[in-house]
Amino acid sequence: MAELKFIDGYPEYMRKLIDVVNKTRPQRKDYTPKPMTMAEREEVLKLCHPDYAPGGKRQILFGPNAGDLAPNEVVDLLEANPLVDEDKFIITNPDYSVDILIIGGGLAGTTAALWANNSGVPAEKILLVNKLRHGDSNSMMAEGGTQAADRENDSPVIHYLDTIGGGHFANKPDVVEALVNDAPFIFEWLCSLGVMFDRDEEGNFVEKSFGGGSRKRMHACRDYTGLEELRVLRDEFRCRQIPYLEFYPVIEFLTDGNRVTGAILYNLETGEYKIVQAKAIILATGGFGRLHIRGFPTTNHYGATADGIVLAYRVGAKLRDTDTVQYHPTGAAYPQQIIGLLLTEKLRGMGAQPLNIDGEAFVYPLEPRDVEAASFIRECYIRGKGIVTPTGMRGVWLDTPLIDVKNGPGAIEKSFPGMFRMFKRFGIDMRRDPVLVFPTLHYQNGGVETDPWGRTNVEGLWVAGEVSGGVHGKNRLMGNSTLDCLVFGRRAGISTAEYLKSNPPFGKLTLEHLKRYKKMLSDAGIKTTKKAPILFPDYRGKAVLARRIDIFD
Amino acid sequence: MLEEKKNIMDEIAEANKSVVTGIDEKDIQHWIQISIMGRKYRVPAGLTIMQAMEFAGYRFIRSCGCRAGFCGACTTVYRIEGDYRLKTALACQTRADDGMYLVQIPFTPAQRANYDINQLTPGIETLLKIYPEILKCLGCNTCTKACPQDIDVMEYIACGKRGDIEKMAEISFDCIQCGLCSIRCPAELAQYNYAQLARRLFGKYILRIPEHLKKRLEEIKAGKFEAELKKLMSMPVEELRKIYASRDIEQE
Repeated sequence: MAELKFIDGYPEYMRKLIDVVNKTRPQRKDYTPKPMTMAEREEVLKLCHPDYAPGGKRQILFGPNAGDLAPNEVVDLLEANPLVDEDKFIITNPDYSVDILIIGGGLAGTTAALWANNSGVPAEKILLVNKLRHGDSNSMMAEGGTQAADRENDSPVIHYLDTIGGGHFANKPDVVEALVNDAPFIFEWLCSLGVMFDRDEEGNFVEKSFGGGSRKRMHACRDYTGLEELRVLRDEFRCRQIPYLEFYPVIEFLTDGNRVTGAILYNLETGEYKIVQAKAIILATGGFGRLHIRGFPTTNHYGATADGIVLAYRVGAKLRDTDTVQYHPTGAAYPQQIIGLLLTEKLRGMGAQPLNIDGEAFVYPLEPRDVEAASFIRECYIRGKGIVTPTGMRGVWLDTPLIDVKNGPGAIEKSFPGMFRMFKRFGIDMRRDPVLVFPTLHYQNGGVETDPWGRTNVEGLWVAGEVSGGVHGKNRLMGNSTLDCLVFGRRAGISTAEYLKSNPPFGKLTLEHLKRYKKMLSDAGIKTTKKAPILFPDYRGKAVLARRIDIFD
Repeated sequence: MLEEKKNIMDEIAEANKSVVTGIDEKDIQHWIQISIMGRKYRVPAGLTIMQAMEFAGYRFIRSCGCRAGFCGACTTVYRIEGDYRLKTALACQTRADDGMYLVQIPFTPAQRANYDINQLTPGIETLLKIYPEILKCLGCNTCTKACPQDIDVMEYIACGKRGDIEKMAEISFDCIQCGLCSIRCPAELAQYNYAQLARRLFGKYILRIPEHLKKRLEEIKAGKFEAELKKLMSMPVEELRKIYASRDIEQE
């Protein structure tokens, strides 16, 4: 193959296509395609959304969700063998005895720890364990913002309606109610801790539009919203000297047969295990992007491997809405080094338009995410109007220069320093040139079912954040994920503290639940050599793996 | 029709293969040579440092977090063959180039202080009390050169030294707390921890809680939206659908 000639980050042939975009920009400046009708939405979803396309899913054959559909990659893990063998594993005296064990230190887990502490649980009676570092999470990568209905023309009622409409009316009403009602209080709390939300000259929140929203409700911290929220909460957590462990994933729960009573931790560097005994456990392990469902790239962090739903299902927790996966419409499709990484919805919220190869605005930019994503796939794979990259990916343009046209020069650098910096690193100036996008695996819509306080059907087990299901129904809206973590992290912290007031005893530490689980697997005729939780994806080169020998085991 | 839809998903998976399941050797057009902790490896051109190390056979536990430039886990120090200067980068946000000598920094042992944010004032007295060593800055600008976010670290330290909390907060805002500034600092400062304190002081004491938020909190406490919410919660889906479809959408 001849060497491609690059001009300012793009190969020559793509540069010619950018000329087309530049040519149509003046006409598009004041034009926005109409939002789809409900019927049009359904049509494009059925035609082009990965959830609706045939294949890719199968039934869960056993347990509380027997009969429900879930992605193959998820069912594989639910059907997998545990990492420990209940007949051989030695449960020692506990290395840690705590009132509350929190698993996962993203926004949900960190918030839970702070609110348990606020509610009277002493810092030293809490333990937060992390698979990676405290803060390594999808929360940290949340760019666009957090929702709260706090403006005059908005209300929790409208927030409720937007949320359930976006979720295809499958959301669990009582948790959505908690979400929308608590949101303004969460902002009061974050401000009191020192989170720097974007403000106008009068000191009011700057609030922007977003996909599926009917009011400007998106609060951001530039395009580092999750980073800012989480680093403040983590700092507060550190200041209170709440104990935490890093590089210590939970590889299995311990139960007394029914109630969750503890967990097995695994030191990723030494291979040693530790036993934790806890009166209450809050699971906040996030989602499953690194399973690369249907072969999609992902926006998710390295540890997003569905550990939480695997562990919870083994102790009998009920899941819901396992059949849907969120693909974010605007993942980077070029250059190769950043494929799949998130380009925040806020770009469209501030005026960037999706365009096809002819420079036409082919879709309303702020449909709910599933509808927007499906329309991009339709443009690329049904209508043949995508742009093909040098590595064979197809994508549509996102006309970022329009942001400065609509908001004034400097808007991109001010509102999107993270995006601007990322493209600059690879030689692309998004103020001048559009960027190429294609849907990317973004979010686990479903998960463990809870009541409005994060309680599950399993005694002793609470969940919060992406690992939970119900609040987003079949499709989450932008700005509701960080809010979900904050609202239900707080509620789980308060609720566990409340539970502790009845002075529950420590429970017996056993692996009885694994016997039950394995019987269900064999009764369902499932045979597998897979093990779970997998903890990390494996991206090692194929040639290396083919010649790898393990001499120490 | 069904067959056609299935093909779309297969086509998409095929197009994404190089980032999901790894590149097939036969598809590699160009190779480069890099050195990982002193050992040389041949890897495909066009990968990030992180992807190149994985291709070479490394499986990360440390030095890998968000893989998108937000978490600061993958701090990397490198040198290009023939050049004596040490450079710094995020492995997930930097292309691996021919002749790179690479090592990663798994942890930054910088000191941070514990404080009660409610007991502080947003001024120079707080910074100097909690982090008096900030005055030791030599003004050498090594921190700024080391910053993978291109933040003017030395400038925000200068702001801190004269008590300009607001400017310190603004300039440091894009900090991902990777710790490279601190690792490289000849005065042994932990710049990013001072910036965290400055931002919290600014966010809490100077930005304050907006009036429109306070008003909404009062309304919720008074139960203003309760009845309407309960009504929606028990409404049949068909009715909800109609209300949703006809709701007015705020324009720009």
